[in-house]
Amino acid sequence: MKQTLVALVENKPGVLNRVASLFRRRGFNIDSLTVGRTEDDAVSRMTIVMDSSATEAWRVEENLYKLVNVIQVNDLTHKAAVVRDLALIKVAVDKQTRQEVMQLCEIFRAKIIDASTDTVIVEITGTEDKISGLVEVLKPFGILEMVRTGVVAMARRERITNGHPVPTPNGRN
Amino acid sequence: MQLTGADIIFECLKREGVDLIFGYPGGAILPAYDAMTNYPEIHHVLVRHEQGAAHAADGYARATGKVGVAMATSGPGATNLVTGIATAMMDSSPMVCITGQVASGAIGSDAFQETDVTGVTLPITKHNYLLTDVDDIAPTIREAFHIARSGRPGPVLIDIAKDAQNAITEFIYPEEEPVLPGYRPAASATEEELEAALALINESERPLILAGHGILMAGAMRNLQQYAERTQTPVALTLLGKGGMPENHVLCLGMMGMHGEAHVNKAIQEADLLIALGMRFDDRVTGNLANYSPNSRKIHVDIDRSELNKNVPVDVAIAGDVGIVIGQFLGAVKHLNHGDWLEQISEWQDDANKRDILHTNFAGKLLAAHVIHDIWNATNGDAVLVTDVGQHQMWAAQYYPHQRPHTLITSGGLGTMGFALPAAIGAKMGVPHENVWAIVGDGGFQMTSFELATAAQENINVNIAIINNGYLGMVRQWQQFFYEERYNATPMHNPDFCKLAEAYGVQSRRVTTREDVAESVKWAESVDGPALIDYVVEKHDIVYPMVPAGADLDNMIRRPYPKR
Repeated sequence: MKQTLVALVENKPGVLNRVASLFRRRGFNIDSLTVGRTEDDAVSRMTIVMDSSATEAWRVEENLYKLVNVIQVNDLTHKAAVVRDLALIKVAVDKQTRQEVMQLCEIFRAKIIDASTDTVIVEITGTEDKISGLVEVLKPFGILEMVRTGVVAMARRERITNGHPVPTPNGRN
Repeated sequence: MQLTGADIIFECLKREGVDLIFGYPGGAILPAYDAMTNYPEIHHVLVRHEQGAAHAADGYARATGKVGVAMATSGPGATNLVTGIATAMMDSSPMVCITGQVASGAIGSDAFQETDVTGVTLPITKHNYLLTDVDDIAPTIREAFHIARSGRPGPVLIDIAKDAQNAITEFIYPEEEPVLPGYRPAASATEEELEAALALINESERPLILAGHGILMAGAMRNLQQYAERTQTPVALTLLGKGGMPENHVLCLGMMGMHGEAHVNKAIQEADLLIALGMRFDDRVTGNLANYSPNSRKIHVDIDRSELNKNVPVDVAIAGDVGIVIGQFLGAVKHLNHGDWLEQISEWQDDANKRDILHTNFAGKLLAAHVIHDIWNATNGDAVLVTDVGQHQMWAAQYYPHQRPHTLITSGGLGTMGFALPAAIGAKMGVPHENVWAIVGDGGFQMTSFELATAAQENINVNIAIINNGYLGMVRQWQQFFYEERYNATPMHNPDFCKLAEAYGVQSRRVTTREDVAESVKWAESVDGPALIDYVVEKHDIVYPMVPAGADLDNMIRRPYPKR
């Protein structure tokens, strides 16, 4: 099944390479890996989705900890979490189908962010399933190009910390 | 104080307690080699190939428990270190390698002698760094030593651009321990883990300790022995675990695994509880995993979490420093008795003893096992043995019992031929008061034989025993058992090793009969400087017993009983 791991890593050159090298070397297969900045400039955040057993996800977690630059790893697979993927989809349209595509987008709460005489670009954010659903219904019109960012995830309520004190709303710790 | 980056390297090494560096100069590391002359308290040993520098630093680290240091230039200098770094990584040996890199402006341009060394060594180092800023040198060296020696030790490489070595900055040594947010080596067992382990310990009737390299690195020898004695639990050793418990101790069974003692492997298979301490269930000690110790519960203590439940699923997995965790066990276990179990093992052991090669008359032939046994005898079993890889390594493990830690230095994980001679040089320089013997096959010796020049130049009192059977013996053994005796590419036409030694200015002897072995050992020890003995042994000998690859651990090919 799909396993979702979130890793906080030091924002230093080569860290992505270390993580990627680990996956390659240990033969871990990953579905998607995203990296981005966080609330802390010194820390980057990776979301790793893999289609594997829980044991393998556990092994990935323990091996990630062997990397000096990896600060914290959390397995969100069985936690209440918000999981989002973003896609840009360029669809072929003409006078007849443009309206139909727009209606479908509305149902999926996707946005049309660009249009030309014979194309539209659709932006959609959501779970992987929802995006795949939209992709299926757009296929008959002709998908010219598509890019997906890969999944980012965040646990609800519980905070994944990097070991620093947690700032509170009034600024005190 | 304003200093160049090159000077800062040595200021930092000095503060880490380094007084010995193994290395080889070259263009990109020249600023460092020039600065070295300002630091006469740090002795540099010029090896003849960078692989030798890495093995020597590794041997030094394993003999002393301190961090070994190797230095090399960019490109080929650094890539020549690779085998030595991988060797240290597999055996968790603390080492810091410092390599020169082309000037920062030229990095990425395929400049002369440029290699992406941090890229090449990424999977075989515990951590590595590329430095292009002189201000990073001091904090990085501090961090590198901390990482190399703490937690599960390992090699760390620092690649320093030539312009950073030349640049001048204010030298500030970071006194305090480096803060690494993601680096938290495991320490002790939790209460729950301890309780779970104790429940299994108290229930067990046939417990067995599997002691590995972690015992030595944690300095847990005394705790281990105390635990074994109090709970009357026998101890089996991995190859790198030898020295973790005195082998003449009644509870110490000896080595496990592919060429371990048959009674040890039998005990593993029959045990109802395995207590694995600082070992990692390598395929060379488990045999067929599917039928590994099928009836036992298992407790696994290792400082590296990722080793837990990796090869063998266990009932209680404890990530912790093995010395601390055994200490926790000791605080909680009572005196136990396992008389029937110990008696059963001793019966298996009697049968193994009857087949022992030492009880066999081989009609004047010189057997490698006899040579090792006689070296053991002549050195009072108290030498530091540094082996290479192959048949002689296994015979050395079988016929040279160790009573003290850090007296067997061998490439266990990577199995690196060519390791023995340079590692022995490093070991001897680390523990000059010890009697250091390199035991090396004729094949492996020729992979790094040029380090005889290093030994001669430094006049290092290392004794070299070549176990010369004119074959790549271990490969030949596999060909005999599993490839229908097609001895492809294993017979060796060797040089005259005594003449080779002479060319390097190293004294030597050749021994062809057992009668001369003991005397030759005494002779080598009396020589001032390196001494080499070419033991010409039986060509077609086999290391018994043996677990064929993939077979169950107790399904061993045994040595036949001797004929009466």
